[in-house]
Amino acid sequence: MFDNLSDKLNAVFKKLKGRGTLTEKNIEEGLKQVRLALLEADVNYRVAKKVISDIKERALGQDVMDSLTPGQQIVKIVYDEFTTMMGDEHEALNFGGATPASIMLVGLQGSGKTTTAGKLALFLRKNGRKPYLVPVDVYRPAAIEQLQKLGSQIGVPVFPSTAQMAPVDICTEAVRSAINEGCDTLLIDTAGRLHIDEELMAELEAIKKSIKPSEILLVADAMTGQDAVNIAESFDKRLNLGGVILSKMDGDARGGAALSIKAVTGKPLKFIGVGEKTTALEPFYPDRMASRILGMGDTLSFIEKAQEAVDIKKAEELEKKLRKNQFTLEDFMDQISSVRKMGSIKELIGMLPGINKKQLAGMNIDDREFVRIEAIINSMTPQERRDHAIIKGSRKKRIAMGSGTTVQDVNKLLKSYTQAMKVVKKFNKGGLRSLKNMLPF
Amino acid sequence: MDLIGKFKKGLSKTRDILLTDVNELFSMDRKIDESLFEELEEILVMSDLGIDITMEIMEKVSKKSRKLSTADELKEVFKDELKALFPVKEETLLNDPKAKPHVIMVVGVNGTGKTTTLGKLALKYKSEGKKVLIAAADTFRAAAIEQVEIWADRASVSIVKHRAGADPAAVAFDGVEAGMARGMDVVLIDTAGRLHTQKNLMDELRKIKRSVSKRMPGAPHEVLMVLDATTGQNALSQAKLFNEAVGVTSLALTKLDGTAKGGIVAAVAKSMKAPLKYIGIGEGVEDLQEFDAEIFVDALFD
Repeated sequence: MFDNLSDKLNAVFKKLKGRGTLTEKNIEEGLKQVRLALLEADVNYRVAKKVISDIKERALGQDVMDSLTPGQQIVKIVYDEFTTMMGDEHEALNFGGATPASIMLVGLQGSGKTTTAGKLALFLRKNGRKPYLVPVDVYRPAAIEQLQKLGSQIGVPVFPSTAQMAPVDICTEAVRSAINEGCDTLLIDTAGRLHIDEELMAELEAIKKSIKPSEILLVADAMTGQDAVNIAESFDKRLNLGGVILSKMDGDARGGAALSIKAVTGKPLKFIGVGEKTTALEPFYPDRMASRILGMGDTLSFIEKAQEAVDIKKAEELEKKLRKNQFTLEDFMDQISSVRKMGSIKELIGMLPGINKKQLAGMNIDDREFVRIEAIINSMTPQERRDHAIIKGSRKKRIAMGSGTTVQDVNKLLKSYTQAMKVVKKFNKGGLRSLKNMLPF
Repeated sequence: MDLIGKFKKGLSKTRDILLTDVNELFSMDRKIDESLFEELEEILVMSDLGIDITMEIMEKVSKKSRKLSTADELKEVFKDELKALFPVKEETLLNDPKAKPHVIMVVGVNGTGKTTTLGKLALKYKSEGKKVLIAAADTFRAAAIEQVEIWADRASVSIVKHRAGADPAAVAFDGVEAGMARGMDVVLIDTAGRLHTQKNLMDELRKIKRSVSKRMPGAPHEVLMVLDATTGQNALSQAKLFNEAVGVTSLALTKLDGTAKGGIVAAVAKSMKAPLKYIGIGEGVEDLQEFDAEIFVDALFD
């Protein structure tokens, strides 16, 4: 996410920070590079122009020139301006108005509306709401089936629309049946079409009029280029958007659209989609995103993810076990699965400050490695899991066969487990009070 | 209708596909000055051509402009530079008797319109009297098989499918096998959309290609990568990684009927040396058109 932009910006900053004093020429040369980096990241041409001129105005002030660390000051200014450009603060979803509340998802074809509807439903349920999915795309072949399948995967009820029904009728009937199902939030997955398609826009307006949604969200693809702003503007003009969800941020998308939409339309970015899994949806925080872009990490999101995935009770139990040196392979697996719940390892590491993105790319972390570890532990008997010392030659062979791995893989796992245990023992002897934050790797 | 006329008709609603206002910029009785260049740069960047190509064109045009005096003269120079961005089209192998069936694998990231493009291609070949078979190798996305089935129905062509979640390489293999056994002319392989950065999914794509060539040496004869016109600079990275994985031979640019200019395809075509073969300019079946850079650029300036 934003890796290319980050790399380019950091190269510029490195040069600026290396100087004790900065002349106007140094700054202008640096900002020229920043502008190119922004344009390369698909930031809207006009937005880039405006941001650069804002940064320049502040950077050329006396405060910066006289500062002992002028390069550092400029980074701070860029951080501020990026945050402002993206909307300063996180804006939450709006559920006001009619009950049940409705959220309408609109956007171009292929932007990821249906997938996002599923992710958003899961997010809402985690936050104590009762979502109800309503497929309204009666045009695209099999669009309704897609949402129905998603719904059954995540266990959220889906209104049984058919391709023969009229979109507005679907919505009004869905409101009634949502109440019967005891749901409080309708998620309306509308048909994707181009923003200049008059018929579709009229249909969206009719839906809006009939159900008075509390929120209309535009789903936009993070890989969108300069046109992102036009798309957002045309939807906003007709429907008055409440906000934007940017999908497919997990690729190597430049994400410049994210930086531009708020600046041009004034509509906030509320969520970003960060992966294929149904849990891969994150609330968007402009300040955190700015610090991610500038390579300063995003520890806040990291901690939140950890809190979401780790069960406090289990963590306390684990702490006890660790202190008594009773941490078994079973616990080891629990730990791995809660870390995996947080998302892909690469994504997590990317949130930590001071991680060199280039090194990370070279590391090629394979999440399937954990699947292998799980398979190995699952192939052990309960006794073996509790007491790894009894695992000798023939047991190893059986475990390898059972998990579809090799004896070497089993050895590797046992070795890393015993090494982790050694570290734990050392800590325990050293009398370190809390080991809560110590994960086995 | 001749090709040019047909193309222009198609362009009537998308006259400004690659570049808007270019003509306006030149037609004005303007002097060549700094502000003209700045506007030119803005137009190029806004068309998603990318900063590298923009800089390259700007440099060349400004070098040549020294000998010129009015904007109108600059127009020809500009036109030539744009045309030069598209590599020369290769002859299609469709009539090669040795390559029967002609196997086309359709790839791309999620949501670019792979299945729709494949459906339109099925209809196109069918209307040319060819025997067509579709292999539904997108076994991952919910309801993808149903979607491609509807297209096969519409075009009344054969389909080979397994159940959802099946090994896509096996579906592709069976598709080619059925195509050979039933004497098909064209086999179209639909693959699941995938982000180019997902290593395991790209490996899966490699595997699909391998299993196809295992069944029929030389196949797939064409790997068509579908790009979305609204995509920005990321398309370059998509193209690079897809090309590394399965060797892209041609491109299709979809969703050009919106306001996106699709300029990035020029950068992609240039960097990969794969021709842009089709453009999608609407929902209708006839809206998938063959692309010709020469006619295309000329039509923009008429």
